Amino acid sequence: MIGASLGAAAYERASEISAILAVANPVGDRRLARLSSRPDVVLALSGIGISFGGVKALSDVDLEVEVGEIRAVIGPNGAGKSSLINIISGLYHADRGRIAIGGQSFSRVPASRLARLGVARTFQNLALFGGLSVRNNIACGRVHTRRASFVEHIAGLPRARSEDAGIAEKTDQIVAFLHLESVADRLVATLPYGLQKRVELARALVAEPKLLLLDEPMAGMTATEKAEMAGFVRAARDRHGVTIILIEHDIGVVMGLSDRVAVLDYGRKIADGTPAEVRADPAVIRAYIGTAEGENGEDIR
Amino acid sequence: MAVQALDAARLPVDWAKLVQKLALATALFVVAYGVVPAYASGYLVEAILLPFLALSLAAVGLNLLTGYCGQLSLGSSAFMAVGAFGAYNFNLRVEGLPLAVTMILAGISAAGFGVVFGLPSLRLRGFYLAVSTLAAQFFVQWALTKFGWFSNDNPSGVISAPHLAVAGLSLDSATGRYLLSVTTVMVLTALVWRLVNSATGRNFIAVRDNETAARVIGVPVLRTKLLAFAISSFIIGIAGVLWAFTYLRTVEPAGFNLDRSFQILFIIIIGGLASIRGAFLGAAFIVVLPLFLSRLGAFLFGGLFDSGVLDMSQRIVLGAIIIIFLIAEPSGLSALFDRLKRRIGSRSS
Repeated sequence: MIGASLGAAAYERASEISAILAVANPVGDRRLARLSSRPDVVLALSGIGISFGGVKALSDVDLEVEVGEIRAVIGPNGAGKSSLINIISGLYHADRGRIAIGGQSFSRVPASRLARLGVARTFQNLALFGGLSVRNNIACGRVHTRRASFVEHIAGLPRARSEDAGIAEKTDQIVAFLHLESVADRLVATLPYGLQKRVELARALVAEPKLLLLDEPMAGMTATEKAEMAGFVRAARDRHGVTIILIEHDIGVVMGLSDRVAVLDYGRKIADGTPAEVRADPAVIRAYIGTAEGENGEDIR
Repeated sequence: MAVQALDAARLPVDWAKLVQKLALATALFVVAYGVVPAYASGYLVEAILLPFLALSLAAVGLNLLTGYCGQLSLGSSAFMAVGAFGAYNFNLRVEGLPLAVTMILAGISAAGFGVVFGLPSLRLRGFYLAVSTLAAQFFVQWALTKFGWFSNDNPSGVISAPHLAVAGLSLDSATGRYLLSVTTVMVLTALVWRLVNSATGRNFIAVRDNETAARVIGVPVLRTKLLAFAISSFIIGIAGVLWAFTYLRTVEPAGFNLDRSFQILFIIIIGGLASIRGAFLGAAFIVVLPLFLSRLGAFLFGGLFDSGVLDMSQRIVLGAIIIIFLIAEPSGLSALFDRLKRRIGSRSS
């Protein structure tokens, strides 16, 4: 009995402490509330922190993204860029901080509701469905709009058929937009790498997201393919009005493409501003020159 | 450059192909309902076609789960058992229940079991999931042996097929059972074909190929997996009814053991994962192999090749064939068939 009540007391105390810790950042919360109520802010992060086995991948990162901008997040290897995008898309759960997507605030974004929240993403390493054709891969991007059950599909009832027709039409538009007509009926796994990256962009765009997260969309591409992809990203913003968060390694591409750039280094945001401001920022130069000489030979162009 | 090279490989809508397909379907019907009932010997029907049809259907069901949805299962034979014993009991305990309704109810029972034993798939993947489906295998066999109610208190747990009839027409003859079996298999296969080519089927493939991406774009991953287990078990359950009622006629729980589960898994590996045709090719192969081996053995070794040696050699040959397929043709007989067809096509044109 005594043991049990002691245990209960300790538990209560622990949950009290964690409750205090959870609201430890009232300033940040107020800031988030203010930001998320602004209609021109699509996404706002406040005080995001995450660690993996004692290693802090991100600490106290704030970020806001306005409607219709291309917002780049750059940084050396291991700076926490992919962790950030995985937190926004709900694949990782942040230890601290909150995320506001289109006016709804989360401490953990529900990944399974992501598409319905108006967020689509691509993956750093291709995440296509190898057993499906290009067209069917893209059509899967609209799966969140489907309501018909499997029985309706087997029986070919009107709702299933009209959904199929609507999705086929949207798919055709995106296929044309990204010039994928000639490969549309091929198995996606048989395409060259650059085209597969483009199919992934198509699958994200067909969802007609408000916010599009691109995790290194140009990684491993040739210079020509990069230029082509940059053109598609810009066109997606200009024609479809989608807001874009772009994580990229190639700084040259980023500076030409984005409206604002945030720079991460060792999990902290060290700079945030227009490409010109960021390029002139001494902290950024130090971070990049430092790693350029030390580790992975990146240069700032 | 690459795009233009790929262009040539793409086929436009081909009317000749459509006509060819229609002709093929007609031929299938003529053979299934005309030629076989009229000319096939009793031996061919009883020893080859009936087990072939039941195993094909079970393989179609497992292929839906393992081939299309990527969930490895070793519980197929348990779901067959649930179907068979379910049908037996529905028939026994509900007066005048039509055969079709009995079979559907048996399928639904198996589907229910499938969902329950599919729950671990929400947390487990691949090999670990396969091991957890073994639970279904052992539990079902245990329950059917332990509780006499399931076999109407038969001392050895054996059930016998009831009188089979549809609309007053008796189907107890070999031909009658064949017609029941072939019709059931064709109808269910057609439904599965519709399913795998629908958005639901594409959800299955999406979950198999990249679960994380599927979740992020809004595929209801958990629901999709459980649906795959349910539909797959439904079909395997009805295959169990065919196995018990049309092929064996009397069956005991031990008849649905782990060996049978493996057999069905081998069928889809040899036939080709995620291919409906593969399920039929694989089943044909598995059914014909022992017959072929026994003839070959008798021819080569005469009296030395008895049933014990046959059983042993069958296991060895089957094992070797599976290894060869996994290495040389992971897409199975179905892909081999395609390649052969292309080669013949390119030679004739």
